[in-house]
Amino acid sequence: MTFLGMPARAPRGVGHLRGDESFPVAARKALANSQLRRNLQHATTTIRGKSGRVIAELPDWQELRSAGSALKAYTMARLPELLEQLEENVTAAGGVVHWAADANEANRIVTDLVRQTGERRVIKVKSMATQEIGLNEALEAAGITPVETDLAELIVQLGNDKPSHILVPAIHRNRSEIREIFLKAMPDVDPGLTDDPPVLAAAARRYLRETFLSTKVAVSGANFAIAETGTLAVVESEGNGRMCLTLPETLITVMGIEKLVPKWSDLEVFLQLLPRASTGERMNPYTSMWTGVTPGDGPQAFHLVLLDNGRTAVLADEVGRQALHCIRCSACLNVCPVYERTGGHAYGSVYPGPIGAVLSPQLTGVADNPSLPYASSLCGACFDACPVKIDIPSILVHLRNQAPHPRTEAAVMAAAAYTMDRPKLYASAQRAAKLARIAGRRGRGLPPPLNGWSASRDLPSPPKETFRDWWRSR
Amino acid sequence: MRIALFATCLADTMFPAAAKATVLLLERLGHEVVFPAEQTCCGQMHINTGYQKDALPLVRRHVRTFEPYDVIVAPSGSCVGSVRHQHAMVAGADAGLAARATSVASRTFELSELLIDVLGVEDVGAYFPHRVTYHPTCHSLRVLRVGDKPLRLLRNVRGLDLVELPDAEQCCGFGGTFSVKNADTSTAMLADKMRHVLDTGADVCTAGDASCLMHIGGGLSRLRTGVRTVHLAEILASTEAS
Repeated sequence: MTFLGMPARAPRGVGHLRGDESFPVAARKALANSQLRRNLQHATTTIRGKSGRVIAELPDWQELRSAGSALKAYTMARLPELLEQLEENVTAAGGVVHWAADANEANRIVTDLVRQTGERRVIKVKSMATQEIGLNEALEAAGITPVETDLAELIVQLGNDKPSHILVPAIHRNRSEIREIFLKAMPDVDPGLTDDPPVLAAAARRYLRETFLSTKVAVSGANFAIAETGTLAVVESEGNGRMCLTLPETLITVMGIEKLVPKWSDLEVFLQLLPRASTGERMNPYTSMWTGVTPGDGPQAFHLVLLDNGRTAVLADEVGRQALHCIRCSACLNVCPVYERTGGHAYGSVYPGPIGAVLSPQLTGVADNPSLPYASSLCGACFDACPVKIDIPSILVHLRNQAPHPRTEAAVMAAAAYTMDRPKLYASAQRAAKLARIAGRRGRGLPPPLNGWSASRDLPSPPKETFRDWWRSR
Repeated sequence: MRIALFATCLADTMFPAAAKATVLLLERLGHEVVFPAEQTCCGQMHINTGYQKDALPLVRRHVRTFEPYDVIVAPSGSCVGSVRHQHAMVAGADAGLAARATSVASRTFELSELLIDVLGVEDVGAYFPHRVTYHPTCHSLRVLRVGDKPLRLLRNVRGLDLVELPDAEQCCGFGGTFSVKNADTSTAMLADKMRHVLDTGADVCTAGDASCLMHIGGGLSRLRTGVRTVHLAEILASTEAS
């Protein structure tokens, strides 16, 4: 909390929630990359089809969505008490709970915990929260080597790249690009490596096995935390996450405070929603759950870092708080016509696509991410796809109303509203517009900022008379 | 039935044919159409661009203008979507205005909704001898949920050869000021929409929104494709006599 009692936003200078460029500028570069467009189009179309087929098998899908939405709304309404309940139960089960107000604090806590073990290397389970706070950079700065073990995150890490999708971080890469990255950056890789997917997977497997067996500290995120039992859950498809969660001596989990569910039985809803909406699977392949420390089995030291980093500020916004219901399935990315064409990097945040366009600006404050709420045509495909029914278009409109507006645009909008509230003035403006259009060439060379329109589209020829002129003359 | 026409500012100014066709169609079906002259714009452009404060007088004007009427029609899924899903929100703290806006919204229909749900007609007696493909605009589809109503109306048009648009439910890329603020992304979306329209071999692309048609038609015209965009109302208003 700041001195005024307003919840703090995610701090600047750390983590990955803000881009270097505005969305339109970054998107223009991405759109020019035809290989990227082909990779994305192929990948999103494939996932969309697969997900759509398995969702259609469930007669109660809409009821499940409503249940998921209601459970999340309930959780958010009682977040403080549920978090305390979680802390109590994790502590009782032998874990240690740390509270991190922001990215800097979370990075410091994790770095100190690793230092205390004396280890110089950690293995990582795929985690959005640690990407959000830039944990890898913080660890590296402290002389600790983080190794990503999710295949796609490993591709991103070895390629010195950034994730571009919540679930499939290397969605922007195809297999021949992945082969090149492995040949260049993977230690002891077979120089005869082909781009056959099983061959690529086997190469990663060989490299990771060695790392799993020789690393004593793991860092994970969490998909769910159950307040009533103190249980943490990670869902993944490869089994590499489970290696990290079971083999090391120390496990450190960084979790956004909104990942909570009240009861064990609530997972029944989310474990049906998540795999079908995300990867198009009926059941998640590897679901790992752990409660504190089990003597003689798995990590003997467990730390849970509860991360705020702007979430309390999001919770304070009546419309925007729905964004905290997100279960990181990526369904909204996969159906978004904007994401499909620009890819994730254009959003400048680890949370791309429609959910990123409403989550990132709220975590940072809209003024720090003013172009993201506009990175949508408001087509509404995301709302229909969301397994917990987040009304993303309404949040986008809500955030646009909070965004700082360019001065000229604001003046034009005010003048337009003034005119449209005066029918006589409005009718003369219609006639003036018609004359201006007749004077100019048809639909070409409009002045900025309207030149964005005329670069690729003609404007219609002006009608001989407006509708209201015709109506009056009937 | 006495029906008030909300022409929408775009159709009034740039695409009067869509609003005229709505009048002529409803009169042909035996209804009385009135045009309350105090109407201007629903305020959607302001609302969706982040100017709710500027939109408030427009919402107030719209409510005041249309509240005397029992049934209101607009040849636009998007503008009806704004009336139905945004006006009460913009009214905000003004609970009286919000209630009046909700009441007006409950009596406001997009053209295909009016024809099928209110007037109970699927065959309007139209004649339009062309190969036509239909683009379901996002707000008709996902805000109003008009479903296949426009297609049911089109299937009953004499002489009309209706061809299915591939990936029809994908946005055309218009999105109001999105098309200007994110012109490159908008154009990339439009390129795919145009490719699908051309793949159908249709000579006319129709939809229930003049705005999306302005965008698609602007692209088709720039590329000299020869494919025309025609508002759904104009097709339904066409007869063998016209």
